[in-house]
Amino acid sequence: MAVAALLWCIAALLATGVCGVAAARYKAATAAVYAVALLVSAVALFIGASFLLHGGARSEALTLPLGLPWLGAHFRIDSLAALFLVVANLGGLTASLYGLGYGRHEEAPARVLPFFPAFLAGMNLVVLADDAFTFLFSWEFMSLSSWALVMAHHRRPGNAAAGYVYLLMASFGTLALLLAFGLLAGSAGGYAFESIRSATASDEVSAVVLALVLVGAGSKAGLVPLHVWLPLAHPAAPSHVSALMSGVMTKVAVYGFARIVLDLLGPPLWWWGALVILLGGMTAVLGVLHALMEHDLKRLLAYHTVENIGIIFIGLGLALAFEANAMPAAAALGLTAALFHVFNHSVFKSLLFYGAGAVLTATGERDMEKLGGLIHRMPYTAFAFLVGSAAISALPPFNGFASEWLTFQAILLSPALPQWLLKFLVPAVGAMLALSAALAAACFVKAFGITFLGRPRTEAARTAGEVDAASLVAMYTLVALCLIAGILPAYFIDALASVTHALVGDSLPSRQGLEWLTIVPIEESRSSYNGLLLLAFIAASAGLTAEVIHRWASNLTRKSDAWDCGFPDPSPATQYTAGSFSQPIRRVFGTVVFRAREDVDMPAPGDSRAARLHVELRDLLWETLYLPAAALVGFAAEKLNRVQFMTIRGYLTLVFAALVVLLAILAIWQ
Amino acid sequence: MAVILDLLVQLCQMLIVLALAPLLTGFVRKVKAHLLRRQGPPLLQPYRDLLRLVRKEAVVAASASWVFRAAPYLVFGTTWVAAALVPTFATGLIFSYAADMIAIVALLGSARFMLALAGLDVGTSFGGIGSSREMMIASLAEPAMLMAVFTLSLLAGSTQLSFIAASLQGPETGLRISLALALVALVMVAIAENARIPIDNPATHLELTMVHEAMILEYSGRHLALIEAASYLKLLLYLSIIACVFFPWGVAVSGQGFGAYLAGAGMYAVKLAGGGLLLAVFETAIAKMRVFRVPDFLGAALMLGFLAALLLFVSRVT
Amino acid sequence: MDQIALDVAHLFAGGLVLVSFMLLYQDRMSGLVNTFALHALVVSLSVAWQAYIQHAPHLYITASIALLVKAIVIPTALHRIIVRLGIHRTIEPVVGVGQTMLAGIGLVALSIMVMLPITAAAGTLAREDLAFALSVVLLGLLMMISRRNAVSQVIGFMSIENGLILAATGAKGMPLVVEISVAFSILVALIVIGVFLFRIRERFETVDIHELHEHRGEQP
Repeated sequence: MAVAALLWCIAALLATGVCGVAAARYKAATAAVYAVALLVSAVALFIGASFLLHGGARSEALTLPLGLPWLGAHFRIDSLAALFLVVANLGGLTASLYGLGYGRHEEAPARVLPFFPAFLAGMNLVVLADDAFTFLFSWEFMSLSSWALVMAHHRRPGNAAAGYVYLLMASFGTLALLLAFGLLAGSAGGYAFESIRSATASDEVSAVVLALVLVGAGSKAGLVPLHVWLPLAHPAAPSHVSALMSGVMTKVAVYGFARIVLDLLGPPLWWWGALVILLGGMTAVLGVLHALMEHDLKRLLAYHTVENIGIIFIGLGLALAFEANAMPAAAALGLTAALFHVFNHSVFKSLLFYGAGAVLTATGERDMEKLGGLIHRMPYTAFAFLVGSAAISALPPFNGFASEWLTFQAILLSPALPQWLLKFLVPAVGAMLALSAALAAACFVKAFGITFLGRPRTEAARTAGEVDAASLVAMYTLVALCLIAGILPAYFIDALASVTHALVGDSLPSRQGLEWLTIVPIEESRSSYNGLLLLAFIAASAGLTAEVIHRWASNLTRKSDAWDCGFPDPSPATQYTAGSFSQPIRRVFGTVVFRAREDVDMPAPGDSRAARLHVELRDLLWETLYLPAAALVGFAAEKLNRVQFMTIRGYLTLVFAALVVLLAILAIWQ
Repeated sequence: MAVILDLLVQLCQMLIVLALAPLLTGFVRKVKAHLLRRQGPPLLQPYRDLLRLVRKEAVVAASASWVFRAAPYLVFGTTWVAAALVPTFATGLIFSYAADMIAIVALLGSARFMLALAGLDVGTSFGGIGSSREMMIASLAEPAMLMAVFTLSLLAGSTQLSFIAASLQGPETGLRISLALALVALVMVAIAENARIPIDNPATHLELTMVHEAMILEYSGRHLALIEAASYLKLLLYLSIIACVFFPWGVAVSGQGFGAYLAGAGMYAVKLAGGGLLLAVFETAIAKMRVFRVPDFLGAALMLGFLAALLLFVSRVT
Repeated sequence: MDQIALDVAHLFAGGLVLVSFMLLYQDRMSGLVNTFALHALVVSLSVAWQAYIQHAPHLYITASIALLVKAIVIPTALHRIIVRLGIHRTIEPVVGVGQTMLAGIGLVALSIMVMLPITAAAGTLAREDLAFALSVVLLGLLMMISRRNAVSQVIGFMSIENGLILAATGAKGMPLVVEISVAFSILVALIVIGVFLFRIRERFETVDIHELHEHRGEQP
């Protein structure tokens, strides 16, 4: 039975975690723990993939006598769970593989090794959970184990603060989900997902549940305005854990949202879709604008996760809106786009984080302004990072383009929606999506160009070396997946058909009916895309051109100094920096979104000190939402502090008053 | 047999766009020169330029990597493929179903990505200027183009260029303000993407006013020839899109026979000449903008595209 | 009403909205006045077309009044006022051009969302003209609140008037006497405003509202 096998895998991971506590001081422990995690993830991936590819509306359930005595622990695998199991365990597989190489440089293995398998176990448990208690327990377990990993290097500046904010937001999210499940279960108290599915909630209750789930799952996924913990916590963790958090944990949050809103909640209303689409659009644009202003490689990648989560939620919102208007084919398109992007993002985000981790290992630097020219010293890492950058910038023929193309096609179906607000909102969000895609390309030109191209800016960049084989194998597996998912999207879309059938009742046209492996979102006369043909075309024309020119014209090359308009400057400091690359975009967008101010401090003529450029960026969300909230909590805590210092008579009065109030409530309730 | 014939027609299209692209640029330069009361370079000069460059040795900076050497081939390959997918003398070609307008825009984005990376590769400040300005312009031009595509797909019910062209020739389109707005938006985007005045001066020698030229400053020999050829192709591509969507009369439909193809090719040449003439007149009549006025210009294009889509919602009311 | 007639009316109405956007984009005084002349020209063409397809000859008079007064006389007068007062400055918007245009798009969407469901029972031509007319009115108001310059506020006020004319002709039936009174009231308003501008300029050497604000007389 699939569920039983998966539960055994999870148990194996937990056992490895426990052993990791004891054995962490041994040298071989790192390799052993990651190897076991690798094998178990591979098994779980295989089980999940075979369940998904089998198709159909199968599901298997299992109940264990753990947890609450009158509830037990329900576990279930269906097509949605199988998809997210594939995503989670693919991430776990490559992270373990990467960890085999990267983990050797870990300075505090006792703080990482026990929690890594526990984190993987927690994520798998969330996806398998079939009742509210198990779900929340696994969710919190996942948060806590990842918090422990974030705090692994707690003495580094900023990490402790990052862990604190993460813990706050995670607890806040779990509270919201708890309330949501409470509302869903209702006064009857049936917490199993089966009973929640069959119970129907009123419109008001459903609206409140939607809001709570957006807060709870959305904060874990990184929806604006609850995304602030992401760029703090994701970079603080070790690189393979960052990849897992960005690439996989955010997707588990998306699973939570999909499970509750699309599965448990019943038929949606049209304005749910509008709300989710709007939040998704804003998240996408804000995420990428923040990323453009960053020059820390890992923070940049974390902000890009926020952007891509926005894109995924646009797809989910479109699915909701179409489903509310009884248009199942269009809803299937939106949902397929969102789920395909879930898979694609986990692949290329993990790849990019592994690349960043490789750079960190090789140079000890995360700051792009101190790198440069790494393509000569780390050619394989550079190529892998380039493929990841091209994939995330939605460039054909890679996978990022395939899922964004599907999202655009779903947006183009918006005129069929009857509600006027949706009719105008969806094209506006389409413009936001196009803007974020273009800005993402700009950001990755910056990230790849400043880090890997050009000339080295510091000694660390000059003396970097290539990383070990395990990391490279992990990266290149993902490179291959990026390309395959881009040129053969038809197979992936077919695999998603069972998921969309279960959730919205329809699916995209299967590839059996189409030739040349084209994908067709609605019907062939409307639009189609063939990644394989495009790749073949491009390769053929570029190759043919190269051959013709080399054969019949010239293939001589001479190495020389850079031209640089006749005034080449030997100092690498005259190159463009990350800040200077994003300056035009900062001028255009940043003055509004970040109140960006530039200040040049020029020395008077004759004074030979250096000029200074001072750039000030403000995170308006942090200033208007979080700082006041923190101030409010501080104020309330100050006031409440008086309770600490009362006399004995004061405490007795408090107890007496509480007793009287409770009795009075009881009296009135009679 | 029919498949072989279709493949041949597609191949013809690829060769025609490659052959006509330098001629178009030569024509535009000639018209601009005449408007300035000069003789100007001969019409076939771009061909001679390409041949000359291709036969020269390529000088590569020592700090450049394989990205620098591979980028020209990739840029040329993607631009050529994109240009081959736009209907010129006939619609419905066999491989036009591989990519619709969104994919064509994204293919040009790929080319731009590689070129911007090549600009950063050597590690000079001029390459950085070109790349960063190009990415800023692209970040506004792509959404504007996609809004125009959105408007067209609302009208035609498809994002495939062949279907759009066929449906806009039909009787139910009529005179629509949204089409005019989409045309203006597309023209503005085309000017920005092809690095024409008022966004960028293709003939400037001042590095601080360059955008596209600054990115390719380090290129020479066959690499420069390929990049120049790619920019000629890009201009042809944008003019072909505008011609096929907004002036679709005279285009043959796939399978109509050789005579129709010939007539279509003739009409296409006429449309290209007209477009080139208008471009030359526009470039001569207007001055180059400051770099930081470009976002206003492209923002206006984005607003026009969005307005076109909005107004379509109004007029489709029944 | 056949398709071509509808399309051309649609073209003119949409063109009016487009010229309202162009008014928002202008940053030089002379460009603003010329664009307003274009605005009035498009309105008069639209009214003339309505006269043709509705077979309502009195609308031709409305169209020619709009053309004569608003597209020729008033812009010429404004040009001369500008020269006389020596204002050849750029117009400073309160927020950037991009944000003003974004707000304009939002206003167009809002007016479409409001007008189309309300007028569900009317004919297509009337519905479109009303939606576009409300857009033009809102865009004129936006121009008035987002510019620091008194002349641009006058032009915004007059573009609102053009939007009202579009609405009235689209709704089939506006007697000539109303138009005469409206036109004369506009002329009077313009003369008054012109006189005030002269006096303001003489007293304070500027017509920038920001600076005039300081002389309001109430204590902060």
